[in-house]
Amino acid sequence: MTTPATTTPATTGPVVRIAGLRKAFGEREVLTGIDLDVHAGEVVCVIGPSGSGKSTLLRCVNLLEQPTGGTVEVLGVEVTDPDVDIDRVRTHVGMVFQQFNLFAHRTVLDNCTIAQRQVLKRSRDEAERIARANLARVGLADRADAHPGQLSGGQQQRVAIARALSMDPQLMLFDEPTSALDPELVGDVLAVMRDLADAGMTMIVVTHEMAFARDVGDRVVFMDGGVVVEDGPADQVIGAPREERTQAFLQRVLHPTGA
Amino acid sequence: MAATSTTAPAPGTLPASRRRWSPRKRARAFRAAQYGLLVLVLAAVAAAVDWENVGTNFFNVEAARAMLPQLPTAFRNTLTYTVAGFAVGLSLGTVLALMRLSAVGLYRWIATVYIEFFRGIPALLVVISFGYAVPIAFGVNIGSVTTKAALALGLVSAAYIAETLRAGIQAVPRGQVEAARSLGMSHGRTLRTVVVPQAFRIVLPPMTNEFILLTKDTSLVFLLGLAVSQYDLTKIGRDALNSAAGGLTPLFLIGACYLLITLPLGQLARYLEKRTGARSRS
Ligand SMILES: Nc1ncnc2c1ncn2[C@@H]1O[C@H](COP(=O)(O)OP(=O)(O)OP(=O)(O)O)[C@@H](O)[C@H]1O
Ligand SMILES: [Mg+2]
Repeated sequence: MTTPATTTPATTGPVVRIAGLRKAFGEREVLTGIDLDVHAGEVVCVIGPSGSGKSTLLRCVNLLEQPTGGTVEVLGVEVTDPDVDIDRVRTHVGMVFQQFNLFAHRTVLDNCTIAQRQVLKRSRDEAERIARANLARVGLADRADAHPGQLSGGQQQRVAIARALSMDPQLMLFDEPTSALDPELVGDVLAVMRDLADAGMTMIVVTHEMAFARDVGDRVVFMDGGVVVEDGPADQVIGAPREERTQAFLQRVLHPTGA
Repeated sequence: MAATSTTAPAPGTLPASRRRWSPRKRARAFRAAQYGLLVLVLAAVAAAVDWENVGTNFFNVEAARAMLPQLPTAFRNTLTYTVAGFAVGLSLGTVLALMRLSAVGLYRWIATVYIEFFRGIPALLVVISFGYAVPIAFGVNIGSVTTKAALALGLVSAAYIAETLRAGIQAVPRGQVEAARSLGMSHGRTLRTVVVPQAFRIVLPPMTNEFILLTKDTSLVFLLGLAVSQYDLTKIGRDALNSAAGGLTPLFLIGACYLLITLPLGQLARYLEKRTGARSRS
């Protein structure tokens, strides 16, 4: 398969297929051979200690980082092929960042329409209709004319989700979407993500929210030191981890006081 | 608790000696002393100045009136040299800023050398070089004085403008660029829709200051050799200084003309600074 599907993926294979993925920053190899498949409708949560390479893995999927080895296939397109039109692939892959990264000089509505209009060439009316529908979906229909600086962190992150959804992505990548939020704002964002999962979106979620990973995740992947240590059903990996390193990590995050 | 309270003084009953000058009282006395000092200095200066001579030499109405016919042209010429120099400086400065941020090491190196060189030498040298060295070195004689002035002043201000622009571009958070790219925007489109508009806002106040500096640097264009119709403010001021009576009056008049240009700009810069500051904090 050489061309990406424009509306729905014609592929019957996995949405993401990662094989032997390596990434080095200079001398330091941060990912040392990752294999991971994500199928349509699946919610895969990636957990692991700080510095284990979770963000790097996620960023290799839409090529914000250029892998130094292995292959990454997204929606049937091998994005590691140097000739690939990555901008086109990216329109099908939404990404949500820890720091929200809204366009600070544009309104909430503009944030959700710019790429629709410029990249997908949608008309202003159509783009606004879609943007407003997605803002309503994340509970922010009434803040369309606000500037990002006027919103709370939780609201900004929900706008960021609406912005990504407005491109009608077939895959959503989340990199610790609630880590920069005040505790009381985390719930709203997780609720939006839960709805998205229930609606059948294919998602890869890097998170420290173990309850979310267990409840919403179909699969949980535990990474440490640049490799996937354990990969299995969410209940099993979090409830009854097989690997010693997974057990030690979960012990630390679930019972930080040593209880 | 009860044991210590017998030795320490109860709150509000500090030793009497420390209470005679409360901090507020001391601050007020200090402020009064500053005013007093200022009055003394002003009085001393006023006493030392020979007021009659000041009147005839600095604010001589006759001398000022003699210059009036030349003023409008000179004022316009100064503005022309400034705007033309700024146009060159902004164009070249943009190129240099992009070179400084380029992935190509050689470009970065060239831009850095350029910027360090032109920031490090007096503008006077560049203007003189344009008057004499360029015709010799390149065998071309640039006819228009405005073009010569714009190139000479622009070459210098480009170095400053480039650094201002680079800082502005780098002040746009990297995460917004990544967000734009993740939405499928190309590199160029991301620059145009996300980076440049925000960098522009950040850069506006310091850019106004560059313009002010350039306005003052136009006082060097007389070194290019000017015809009468091309005289700028400084040139007519210097000539009037040589010819007429009235002492330093021409310089005072010229100074006021420069302030007429630069003060509103400084005001504008401050206004823009406050506005962008308020925006990014909101
Ligand atoms: N651009 C970069 N240049 C150099 N080193 C990097 C870069 N990005 C990440 N690294 C390094 O790669 C390693 C993995 O980073 P990564 O951000 O993927 O970890 P992570 O699992 O997401 O950690 P965290 O939970 O703290 O976000 C870290 O040691 C980090 O210092
Ligand atoms: Mg990370």
